Amino acid sequence: MSLIRAEKLNLYYGNFHALINVNLSIEEKRITAIIGPSGCGKSTLLRTFNRMNDLIETVHIDGSIIINNENIFSKTTDIDSLRRKVGMVFQRPNPFPLSVYENIAFGLKIHKIAKTRNELEHTVEQGLKSVLLWDQLKDKLKTSALNLTLEQAQRLCIARLIAVKPEILLMDEPCSALDPIATMHIEELMLELKKNYTIVIVTHNMQQAARVSDDTGFMLLGKLIEFNKAEKIFTNPDKKETEDYITGRYG
Amino acid sequence: MKKIKEFLIEKIIFISGSLSIVFVVLIFIFLIKEGILFFKYVQFKDFIVGKNWYPISSPAQFGMLPLILGSLLVTLGAMIISIPLGVACALYIAEVVNPKLKDLLKTGVELLAAIPSVVIGFIGMVTLVPLVKNIFHLPTGLTALSGSIMLAFMAMPTIVSIAEDAITVVPRRYKEAALALGATHWQALYRVILVAAAPGIFAAIMLGIGRVIGETMAVMMITGNAAVIPHSFLQPVRTLTATIAAEMGESIRGSNHYYALFAVGIILFIITFIINFIADVFLHRIKK
Ligand SMILES: Nc1ncnc2c1ncn2[C@@H]1O[C@H](COP(=O)(O)OP(=O)(O)OP(=O)(O)O)[C@@H](O)[C@H]1O
Ligand SMILES: [Mg+2]
Repeated sequence: MSLIRAEKLNLYYGNFHALINVNLSIEEKRITAIIGPSGCGKSTLLRTFNRMNDLIETVHIDGSIIINNENIFSKTTDIDSLRRKVGMVFQRPNPFPLSVYENIAFGLKIHKIAKTRNELEHTVEQGLKSVLLWDQLKDKLKTSALNLTLEQAQRLCIARLIAVKPEILLMDEPCSALDPIATMHIEELMLELKKNYTIVIVTHNMQQAARVSDDTGFMLLGKLIEFNKAEKIFTNPDKKETEDYITGRYG
Repeated sequence: MKKIKEFLIEKIIFISGSLSIVFVVLIFIFLIKEGILFFKYVQFKDFIVGKNWYPISSPAQFGMLPLILGSLLVTLGAMIISIPLGVACALYIAEVVNPKLKDLLKTGVELLAAIPSVVIGFIGMVTLVPLVKNIFHLPTGLTALSGSIMLAFMAMPTIVSIAEDAITVVPRRYKEAALALGATHWQALYRVILVAAAPGIFAAIMLGIGRVIGETMAVMMITGNAAVIPHSFLQPVRTLTATIAAEMGESIRGSNHYYALFAVGIILFIITFIINFIADVFLHRIKK
């Protein structure tokens, strides 16, 4: 059973047709990577899954996305609970300008997940542990999250997300602001998180997609050209465009 | 030739710039010079905490506590009204309203700042004062409350426009992050954006307070000007500014009364200086 299913998905920014008839199906507890050259619509596709594109006024969407057997574009969808279920990690780490502690407590408070102070503290600790930040930051919970290194900040953003217990993690080039070692750490973390979460990652970096993903989709100019097991895409793709891209013939 | 022109222009700009500082210093020196003489006659402590301001009875008494409390009470009232309204208005303009209406509202707020204070005082006198009198069944509507309400109008433009700037410059990615966690628009606003904008909003409030404390004309027209220690908002009060404005004309130059008014001026100057200084510190913090 697929967890996310896009059917005849079309998205327009005003007159610009940014996603063209995209159909795909994403499986539970796997890492799915979306690759493709710059401007092909990877971020746009990712942002349809938690309806972040709603924030852009000119956007118009046709077709459907089914998550847990529910069309997320239906009028009865509660966007806030959709976004809680389908969390997002951004390209540039964007911790709130609050303390480390408050960054994680934010989601717990707005969703009333932890009720007492003890519960709150415990859950914050769990969150930091799950991204391996606890040992580094347990004495710095009160300091501003803006003082963290980029890697720590990105981990904190993942911790903040996990704390609200989502099912799906959307990651839009989560490592592009990080150095190679930090990138490796985040990739390890993703493989760990895969046990409990379904991850969809957008990346420019083909090696990264090959390393972490189970399934891979290749996009070009708004179309999903090919979607298959990562192994297949990277060794023996069906489409010529895919082969050209992974052998480095596009930018 | 060109060199000389450059040189002259540079100097002229430099002198114009320095002049503003020179004037502030001169004004302060003049205030101190005139006011300090007063303290030969009355002790500083008696001046500040003295309960009676009878400058022309004999013997004259110069206790400015009623004036300080009058200023503080009117200012406090104005702040209680204008801070929540002003910040809410700033949030609305910065975050909620559509772009077209936004320009209209901002222009409206700027126009409000352009109304001369005597006009605000006059409007308050003919509309608000009778209203306060009737609602609370008072002998007179010239009260601290009336003053506070009118002054709140005068503080609003400052608070709204500076707070709105502070909210607008909060990076968009904070809001996106909050929404992506399933926060409602309102939760994102008050838990993240307001917190991020807090230093700027605080500066806006401080500048608003500075404006209110220094205001003279409107308060003189509608607060009743009774120099007694106020016990409630529904009583006439007299502020520091109104005292100087009302009595300077009738005091005899060189008399104790005359010097006392300068001493009041010093106190007022110090209060507004401190408030503006705090506002400045916070504004600088945001620019960093
Ligand atoms: N808000 C917008 N308004 C109009 N056009 C947009 C908007 N956002 C993106 N686009 C256009 O949609 C297309 C797809 O953009 P998108 O950001 O999804 O690409 P991407 O594959 O994520 O690229 P990158 O790898 O550079 O992040 C681009 O041509 C872009 O110019
Ligand atoms: Mg992108």
